[in-house]
Amino acid sequence: MTLWYSLILVVILTLVGLFGSQVNGLQPLFGIVLPYIALVTFIIGIIMKVLKWAKSPVPFRIPTTCGQAKSLPWIKNDNLESPSNTISVIGRMILEILFFRSLFRNTRMEIKEGSKVVYASTKFLWMAGMAFHYTFLVILLRHFRFFVDPTPQFVIWIQNLDGFFQVGLPIFYLTDMVFLAAVSYLLLRRLADSKIRYISLAGDYFPLLLLLAIGTTGFLMRHFTKVDLIGVKELTVGLLSLQPVIPDGIGSLFFLHLFLVSCLLAYFPFSKLMHMAGVFLSPTRNLANNNRMKQHVNPWNYDVKLHPYEEYEDEFREVMRGAGLPLDRDPEEEKK
Amino acid sequence: MFDSKYIIIGLIIFVLIVTIPISYNLFALNKCEVGVPELEILPKAGDKCVKSREYMRPFHMDLLNQWRDDVVRRGDRFTTGPDGKLIEKSLSNTCMDCHSNKENFCDRCHNYASVSPYCWDCHIAPTEIRDTDLAIHVEREEDN
Repeated sequence: MTLWYSLILVVILTLVGLFGSQVNGLQPLFGIVLPYIALVTFIIGIIMKVLKWAKSPVPFRIPTTCGQAKSLPWIKNDNLESPSNTISVIGRMILEILFFRSLFRNTRMEIKEGSKVVYASTKFLWMAGMAFHYTFLVILLRHFRFFVDPTPQFVIWIQNLDGFFQVGLPIFYLTDMVFLAAVSYLLLRRLADSKIRYISLAGDYFPLLLLLAIGTTGFLMRHFTKVDLIGVKELTVGLLSLQPVIPDGIGSLFFLHLFLVSCLLAYFPFSKLMHMAGVFLSPTRNLANNNRMKQHVNPWNYDVKLHPYEEYEDEFREVMRGAGLPLDRDPEEEKK
Repeated sequence: MFDSKYIIIGLIIFVLIVTIPISYNLFALNKCEVGVPELEILPKAGDKCVKSREYMRPFHMDLLNQWRDDVVRRGDRFTTGPDGKLIEKSLSNTCMDCHSNKENFCDRCHNYASVSPYCWDCHIAPTEIRDTDLAIHVEREEDN
């Protein structure tokens, strides 16, 4: 059911973008107003969310480690898995952010031969995740040829490498294929396994379907239903130099693509996609496991009113002496 | 707010990265903008192109690709133009007959949109030789 909600929503958005941009007079809305609103929502939304997260205290280290903590000098410790200082923590964060190390440890439980429980490592999710994120990055960087004028040299290098095999004209980019394949896998993964389908929400399907729609419209625009590229660049450079213009004769597929990207940007801060910022704020990843070396004081501890034994004895000394109880410090004894 | 030092530095870095395209366009160190290209007005205006302008703008590369395959792989060198004339499927001989200047015609849009077609890996772009260059060339020939 959640899949159908997401699918219907993406279809509605597609129809809105496709036909809305063809209505006379609405092109400035789809080409200028909505992209700006989306970009501002994206930036402000992420800042607000991160500031909200930063209000939660993290009083105690959560060492969900997979390695030996640093303790006695003769016990070999694992620096990256259970870091005890800042440099090792940075190492662990780099592995997490650039290589999704936590996901690499993904395992799958299966029951074999009737009653035998088997845990096996499964890397497909990690592989598809890596493929998706890195091709998305390359595609975003390639888009700099539309974002800025003149195009930086690194974009040309990426284009040449990406179209290395020179298949077709315009040259077919490898990342386009890998991107669409990876997103399709991530979507099918949720549908194929009944357990994963059961825990999948509309918020899981919607971004995947939206990304698939964005990738498909981009691919169609490059290879099939072409648009006026010069006009497209005039529009995007205008947008990103804060002097928006709407050139005539850009195909409606471009406005659809732009509209879907605007939807993604505006949706971003309110969705699971916030893991982009969240990965930096994961307490189990970004805090050193030094619980036994440093005292961590809970910031919301109230001041405990203490009544140590010395004060207790001062208060009841006479009574205690009268009852014949032993005293730690007896001023009368000391006088003698 | 906890760890405000890290949070604020992180957010500043985030905003700077996201707005790179805007800051690049506004304060680009390299101020020599390419700008929206304007195509040259052809000296032989009035002659008809093999296809309409609306087709050529987005699809010229498909046509050239098709011609390349026809000529190189099938030996099919000729086609009929819009006015019934026989035309050779050739970039250098047919297209560049009218669109003679690569720099003013091909390169303007290609540079603006950062397209680097591999036509010129095989084809030699016709260069316009100035009279002075020609004179020097002739002199050298005579010296030899």
